[in-house]
Amino acid sequence: MIAKQVNQKAWFMVLPVFLVVAVSAIIPLMTVVNYSVQDTFGNNQFFWVGMDWFRDLLASDRFHDAFLRQISFSAIILAIEIPLGIAIALAMPKKGWGVPVCLISMALPLLIPWNVVGTIWQIFGRVDIGLLGHTLAAMGIDYNYTQDPVAAWITIIIMDVWHWTSLVVLLCYAGLCSIPDAYYQAAKIDGASRISVFRYIQLPKMQRVLLIAVLLRFMDSFMIYTEPFVITGGGPGNSTTFMSIDLVKMAIGQFDLGPAAAMSLIYFLVILLLSWVFFTVMSNIGEESSNGGS
Amino acid sequence: MRWKWIIPAVYIFFLLLPIYWLLNMSLKTNSEILSVFSLWPQNLTFDNYRVIFTDPSWYSGYINSMIYVSMNVVISVSCALPAAYAFSRYSFVGDKHLFFWLLTNRMAPPAVFALPFFQLYSSIGLFDTHIAVALAHCLFNIPLSVWILEGFMSGIPKEIDETAFVDGYSWPHFFVKIFIPNIASGIGVTAFFCFMFSWVELLLARTLTAVNAKPISAIMTRTVSASGLDWGVLAAAGILTILPGALVIWFVRNHIAKGFALGRV
Repeated sequence: MIAKQVNQKAWFMVLPVFLVVAVSAIIPLMTVVNYSVQDTFGNNQFFWVGMDWFRDLLASDRFHDAFLRQISFSAIILAIEIPLGIAIALAMPKKGWGVPVCLISMALPLLIPWNVVGTIWQIFGRVDIGLLGHTLAAMGIDYNYTQDPVAAWITIIIMDVWHWTSLVVLLCYAGLCSIPDAYYQAAKIDGASRISVFRYIQLPKMQRVLLIAVLLRFMDSFMIYTEPFVITGGGPGNSTTFMSIDLVKMAIGQFDLGPAAAMSLIYFLVILLLSWVFFTVMSNIGEESSNGGS
Repeated sequence: MRWKWIIPAVYIFFLLLPIYWLLNMSLKTNSEILSVFSLWPQNLTFDNYRVIFTDPSWYSGYINSMIYVSMNVVISVSCALPAAYAFSRYSFVGDKHLFFWLLTNRMAPPAVFALPFFQLYSSIGLFDTHIAVALAHCLFNIPLSVWILEGFMSGIPKEIDETAFVDGYSWPHFFVKIFIPNIASGIGVTAFFCFMFSWVELLLARTLTAVNAKPISAIMTRTVSASGLDWGVLAAAGILTILPGALVIWFVRNHIAKGFALGRV
């Protein structure tokens, strides 16, 4: 790797990005901080309450439950989508007419607006008009995602697998395509088994893209809002009220600005912390592999 | 390994089935949807689509979405180009911190920003305009653009820059005439991702609009909550929101795999 030239004038090139993002990130964030330490009786009269909202929130069952649901949801999503994505990417054709067919049809769910994804599955799972719900009912399985929390969870998980596994597949496929043929030929000459080819050639080459896939999938599943909002609206009961849904309910539904702002900050800090961990791990691995290569 | 193709084939079938079901419903009349259960429309009808194309409260949603998405793509890519160049070619005070700070915005939950954005844009009179949504979406699209473009630009050898400067090109001239054509596919991939994330986002777009700039996705959720669900029209509207995405994929199909491989990822 060649050392980059030191040039402070580069700041001028970064300036437009810096300004746009600063205006659209820092000002709103300051508003949130402002609300999180004040209470109001309406009429724009605010008074200082210090850390009360944070203390209340961290002690409340409502927050614990939403947080727990969110973490379990993200964990389940990662546990299903990452191995499935790798398996599909390994089985995809490397050349011929199958490649564009696979790429186009797999990229399709990624470009559907999230609320339409919700609508599709809302319809698909309904017992009266949906193919899935109707088929399950015809097989004698009692399935109703608006009544049964387990069915609601399964529906949302299957929907997320449907929606986002393709991203993992496309990333892994790109990683696999970057492996030169010579590696496979060498492995063939050595008489390596299918499993050791995967373990010692394909997996290390996919390491970087896999980390990005895990990072993106974790972040996006942690922030999921639209799809469960459309399908279940957080119900039945509160069984699918994830963090974002709870937050929006609090902020825009009930207009509890203080607690909502406190929750926003905690939510954001959790994500920031986790993304910092991911980022550090990623750049360490990047450095190791480039050192090892040279 | 002869039967390996079964796995992607089954997966694609699983992907396309719900979409087919939506298409199927959009071609049925409402009474048929509710009374007869069939795998394909018995009485093919395009009435649902006609409703959307003739009713301004429906088709204006598509126009609004298109306007703010294209504004967002233009703003994001044009701001990100020089910044990505700076990150890929120079080191400067605070570059790593700045880069990480940008990325954290990609990871910020939109739910956190919904209310502050609403108040910010209301107070400066931009509420319910296309530019408000376009700017709000920059929050996550600009960091992403910088990230992807930086990857592409790092793949271009530095000698190209140096030769051009020796030949007497000024920086802007070099950037437009030589550098941009070199990373054309990178710009294509970036625009694809910006389009994708702006097109699919609902929470911010819905919060920041009321009438004039209301996106199609918000109109669809309104229909769901209103009394008397018209499933056929809803399904047709859904199919029509998939089309722009499908068109975009078709145009960049050769770049997707390459872009994923060459770019950041």
